[in-house]
Amino acid sequence: MAKGVWIVTEQRYGTFRKISFELASTARKLADQLGEEVVAILLGSGIEGIAGELGKYGVDKVYVADNAVYEPYTTDAHATTVASLVKEHDPSILLLGASAQGKDLSARLVGKLATGMATDCVDLKIVEGKLLASRPMYAGKCFGEVMVSSYPQMASLRPNVFPVVENAKNASITKVDTPIDPGQLKTKVLDVQKDTSGKVDLTEANIIVSGGRGMKGPENYVILEELADILGATVGASRAAVDAGWRPQKDQVGQTGKVVSPNLYVACGISGAIQHLAGMGSSKYIVAINKDPDAPIFARADYGIVDDLFKVVPELTKEVKKLLE
Amino acid sequence: MNIVACVKQVPDTETLIKVKPDRSGIDETGIKWVMNPYDEFGVEEALRLKEKLSGEVIIVSVGPARALETIRTALAMGAERGIHIVDPALDSADPFTIASALAAAIKNIPYDIIFCGQRAIDDDCGQVGAILAELLGIPQVTVITKVDVDGNTIKVTRPIEGAQLIIESSLPCVVTAQKGLNEPRYASLPGIMKAKKKPVDVKDAASLGVSIDVKAKITKTLPPPARPPGKIICGEDPAEKARELARLLREEAKVI
Repeated sequence: MAKGVWIVTEQRYGTFRKISFELASTARKLADQLGEEVVAILLGSGIEGIAGELGKYGVDKVYVADNAVYEPYTTDAHATTVASLVKEHDPSILLLGASAQGKDLSARLVGKLATGMATDCVDLKIVEGKLLASRPMYAGKCFGEVMVSSYPQMASLRPNVFPVVENAKNASITKVDTPIDPGQLKTKVLDVQKDTSGKVDLTEANIIVSGGRGMKGPENYVILEELADILGATVGASRAAVDAGWRPQKDQVGQTGKVVSPNLYVACGISGAIQHLAGMGSSKYIVAINKDPDAPIFARADYGIVDDLFKVVPELTKEVKKLLE
Repeated sequence: MNIVACVKQVPDTETLIKVKPDRSGIDETGIKWVMNPYDEFGVEEALRLKEKLSGEVIIVSVGPARALETIRTALAMGAERGIHIVDPALDSADPFTIASALAAAIKNIPYDIIFCGQRAIDDDCGQVGAILAELLGIPQVTVITKVDVDGNTIKVTRPIEGAQLIIESSLPCVVTAQKGLNEPRYASLPGIMKAKKKPVDVKDAASLGVSIDVKAKITKTLPPPARPPGKIICGEDPAEKARELARLLREEAKVI
């Protein structure tokens, strides 16, 4: 019988990404309800030394495959190894992050394991011994409860939503062989062009300062950049601003852009089109600054200021600076 | 070059989604149906490659009778023919089942590249492209913003958190399209007229030999959780409002 709550961790350059701890903490909670073990898979090159860190977040056992073939990530190498471990051990639940890498890998695993998966979940619980997932659909315009009837029951977790909880275990570490011939891999990463802005990606940001049509032009985003710098935030944009060519595509928040869930979302000059609200509606706190009192964004905002954003934002930057000093 | 582009018909992004009172799904009354925007990027890229390298673009879609409109839209943009997989049993199918149906239809036609949208904006699963690649035994490159074909290989750009990857893949492969890949064309009037005469094969699950076994089932559809009513911050001038906002964010919300 399928047993064990498994996670596929994610690391870059030998450092765990936060989603790995979110996965471990969530798996621990589910495993305790089921009376099962938490087992983590760690793939990479020169990463054996970090495996023990997972014990801090409730992992009982780590399977480590340490081989140059796993760096940089390719779907082929990772999916083959994870699928072979999963087929050998038959876990009841398999969790991954709904990060760029996790989305690519998890979907391939659904194919390899011929199972079902709830994507980008925001809540997971055990009901009558089965995994019940809650996930936004239509970019958050509604939510679906999903039950997977095959094993492993797979789910991917939206980054930044599940809490990281320390729960020290003495994780046992097992090295596993790599069943891959590098010559057989059909994809190859030729280049990694790092974003040198030093900003956290929108999907992982704790705070987002976002601007829409009300910014009036690309040159005015400097006031949002200044506020973002003080807050340690990432700057986002509405579809209107991206389509106008004011901001790059990667900054777009909304149904056809990024779906985000920061602790704080500051919407400046954004009216709140349905497709935008869908993309940021799960933010913990929403602030709207807009001179139009009837803008739909105010219906979603926790705090609203009806005024000229070109006057409010610089003042807000000053005030926040004072508070943080 | 033989190119397949998979398309799905979805509610337009401006649609207000209403959940049925019995929570069994969404109320489809009055919905404006469109081609999934990410699939549209895939269709456009398929057409551009065909125009450059010659060949044929085949559109494949799983969906109810109305989805034929979306196939016709892609044909009007310039694709040669379509395959419409329509079966009521597939209406509430999960990604694995949908991908199985697509794979069954595609495995019998020649293909060098298969385009899918990186996700559909209705169920947001983002799984079908990768499962399809696995079922056909070919590689996948997902969430792609640039495609260059060079002989038997393809070079693509894939944005990830904080970086862009340049990936090379052998062909055939599945490419899932992300916004930024291109600017899809509008169908021209002659294109629309021609599309009416282009062939569309209709298949059902049985004729494709696909068994329908939904493994990931949506047991309930719910409206989003209600947000408590917000506060409009009043004050004499922008400076006073900004000061109060900063205070609330610090002391009440505790987010800064």
